[in-house]
Amino acid sequence: MSELQAFRQETRDWLDQNCPESMRHSAPGGDEMCWGGRNYKFVSEDQKQWMERMAAKGWTAPDWPTEYGGGGLDKAEHKILKEELAKINARSPLDSFGIWMIGPALLKFGSEALKQQHLPPIIRGEIRWCQGYSEPGAGSDLAGLQSKGEDMGDHFIANGQKVWTSYGDKADWMFCLLRTDSEAKKQMGISLVLFDMETPGVTPKPIKLISGSSPFCETFLDDVRVEKDQVVGEINQGWTIAKYLLTHEREMIGGMGMADLGGKSLGQIAAKTLGLEHGRMRNPLLRGEVAKWEIDGACFALTAERVTDEVKSGHGVGATSAMLKYYGTELNKRRFETLLKINGSDAMVWDGEASNGGWLPRTWLRTKGNSIEGGTSEVQLNVIAKNILGLG
Amino acid sequence: MALVLNEEQQMLKESAQGFLAEFAPVAEMRKQRDAGSETGYASNLWAQMVDMGWAAILVPEAYGGLEFGHVGMGQIVEQTGRTLTASPLFATAILGVTAIKTAGSEEQKTALLGAIASGEITTALAVDETAHHSPTQISMTAKKQAGGYVLDGAKRFVADGCTADKLIVAARTAGDAGDVKGISLFVVDRTAAGVEVERTDMVDCRNYANISFNNVEVSEAALLGAEGKGFGPLSATLDAGNVYLSAELLGIAQESFDRTLQYLKERKQFGVLIGSFQGLQHRAADWWGEIELCKSVVLKVLQAMDEGDAKAPILASIAKAKLSEVAELASNEALQMHGGIGMTDEYEIGFFMKRARPAQTMFGDKSYHTDRFALLAGY
Ligand SMILES: Cc1cc2nc3c(=O)[nH]c(=O)nc-3n(C[C@H](O)[C@H](O)[C@H](O)COP(=O)(O)OP(=O)(O)OC[C@H]3O[C@@H](n4cnc5c(N)ncnc54)[C@H](O)[C@@H]3O)c2cc1C
Repeated sequence: MSELQAFRQETRDWLDQNCPESMRHSAPGGDEMCWGGRNYKFVSEDQKQWMERMAAKGWTAPDWPTEYGGGGLDKAEHKILKEELAKINARSPLDSFGIWMIGPALLKFGSEALKQQHLPPIIRGEIRWCQGYSEPGAGSDLAGLQSKGEDMGDHFIANGQKVWTSYGDKADWMFCLLRTDSEAKKQMGISLVLFDMETPGVTPKPIKLISGSSPFCETFLDDVRVEKDQVVGEINQGWTIAKYLLTHEREMIGGMGMADLGGKSLGQIAAKTLGLEHGRMRNPLLRGEVAKWEIDGACFALTAERVTDEVKSGHGVGATSAMLKYYGTELNKRRFETLLKINGSDAMVWDGEASNGGWLPRTWLRTKGNSIEGGTSEVQLNVIAKNILGLG
Repeated sequence: MALVLNEEQQMLKESAQGFLAEFAPVAEMRKQRDAGSETGYASNLWAQMVDMGWAAILVPEAYGGLEFGHVGMGQIVEQTGRTLTASPLFATAILGVTAIKTAGSEEQKTALLGAIASGEITTALAVDETAHHSPTQISMTAKKQAGGYVLDGAKRFVADGCTADKLIVAARTAGDAGDVKGISLFVVDRTAAGVEVERTDMVDCRNYANISFNNVEVSEAALLGAEGKGFGPLSATLDAGNVYLSAELLGIAQESFDRTLQYLKERKQFGVLIGSFQGLQHRAADWWGEIELCKSVVLKVLQAMDEGDAKAPILASIAKAKLSEVAELASNEALQMHGGIGMTDEYEIGFFMKRARPAQTMFGDKSYHTDRFALLAGY
């Protein structure tokens, strides 16, 4: 048996023993996320156990170095772990802006002290992070941000307003972009800083969305003290790091295009809901739409796989995160539009059984944000045109 | 298997690229057309391809082939899409080899596969009888008689039908149009008595034929595979055909894209390069992304065929549906972004559209394969 085969066997055995039964199928109501953090209420003991067991192995961050508590897996092992998790339909043990965004940025740009301080609690799901990038006047044009950090010697005093801060009211810490040099050119005077949301002067106010929930906030910063040792990388050099972090965000959002529908394919759901006639789904036009989606979905999944394989084997860059983000989110929106048609009027019931407690209409509405958050589809197309195609 | 080419496959791709650019570029296609060529390709081109071993790539070693596999062959075919190169490669080295390999007896394989690998014979696959691909609807008949069969019926749009030495013909030994059972395959000489071949001029200037079989008598040895059980091998052959048409469409889509991107960086209007207009940038970026998807699915299905993966048929339909869509997008966007010059015969960009459509249509277009995909997926 090769080493990888042995690893697969061990992984399978370990998962078999350690993944609670209830974590192996989709959650009723569709909310499968486990966010962790100081104030997080686990939906069940199983969920808590699953997170903690995976965290103890470092498998909440499988490819991070073991010295910070990560899994230390190489790409091949990581792929095997993902495959084995998918095979038992296991839920993600921990979903976290720490793992998706600030962690990778710290690993690449952070000082040793910052890594030691922040990475282990991220891996253990103890600290939940939020992202303070966007402002009322700075969305797509992020480098136009105006929140200021005034240099006070060993610390900055931050003032300004952030907006669309996802889970700003639930997070423990924020990674935040501040203008720390107002004389410098747009991209030059920005720093990426970290602070505790309990710091005096930080006030997140929830904003209600069309989907009915309030997952994001406007966050006011009034004379917030930010220590200088909490600057990631160099002072005034935060823009490069901010962009690196956005790449990870895009990959993560792009990947959600394939998010699970209770282990069923769109075609299976459609066939069951609408019924078959002579082996074909009733409603030929909708059948065509469903099949077309599944074809695009399959091609997209293969592309994500190919990109990973190309990176692994050292071949060129291939499709970039901008393309995966653009295509994956547009695909996810289309999927929910199709699901809506499959379910007809049932899909628009806001509360009640017909729409699974309003899961479908709410999730459908939420997907509209996919092509806005993390850089809009239009911005991704700009990035592809400029950076990949060289169109000025 | 990782979705990347290995070193040998990469080398084959590059050598095909070099060879085709030198000996069979788009200009060669124009030359053949203007000369009114019967075959659609220069006579020495196939000999050169055979010399390089391309005819033998899918032939098992036991029958004198190279057994290099589908991923390798796919790289060559993709390049022929970039150069719009016509040749017997598709009808002979892919369709002929697959049909004989899948259905043939030991004698047939020994006799025919070696002859294909060495370039002695070429083949053509005669399936469709109407303007729409529908292999179950075959109505041409093969009646059993002492010592063999009598073939009666007509086939249309047979690629290389004007030139191939051997025709591989799907006909009914039993059942009615619509039945899967009762279809049989036969190997028939193009010059056999009662075979009437008529060339059809098509938009891509390749050689296609409408062929009538008027009481054509063949021996029992002409039957390829078991009587009445031809649909399985025929499907496998059509799957392979669709996979390679997809590979060719990928080449067409990429070349259309590359040439257009170049043009966006050359052509000026309003005092600036047209590539600086966001209205075009976004369309180009979206188009590029679609081609990335195509690359993945074509490579995946080629690998699946090499591995004998049971998912190969459904992947073949996914690939053909996707590539038909994207080749259509690519050839249309290419023309539009070139403006008036794209409409001229003198400029080459329109030729990609004229090859893309027949390749999309042959053996089932986007709607056919979307339907087939859904059926295979259970709805
Ligand atoms: C669900 C959700 C969660 C979010 N979470 C966070 C978070 O946690 N933290 C955070 O900091 N931010 C977050 N955001 C904010 C998000 O990053 C911004 O909304 C996004 O970058 C767009 O900025 P904007 O809303 O100001 O829109 P604008 O930039 O004003 O865009 C308006 C329209 O103009 C288009 N446009 C703008 N510039 C161009 C251009 N150059 N070319 C072509 N079209 C253009 C856009 O594509 C869009 O269609 C979140 C957003 C959503 C929807």
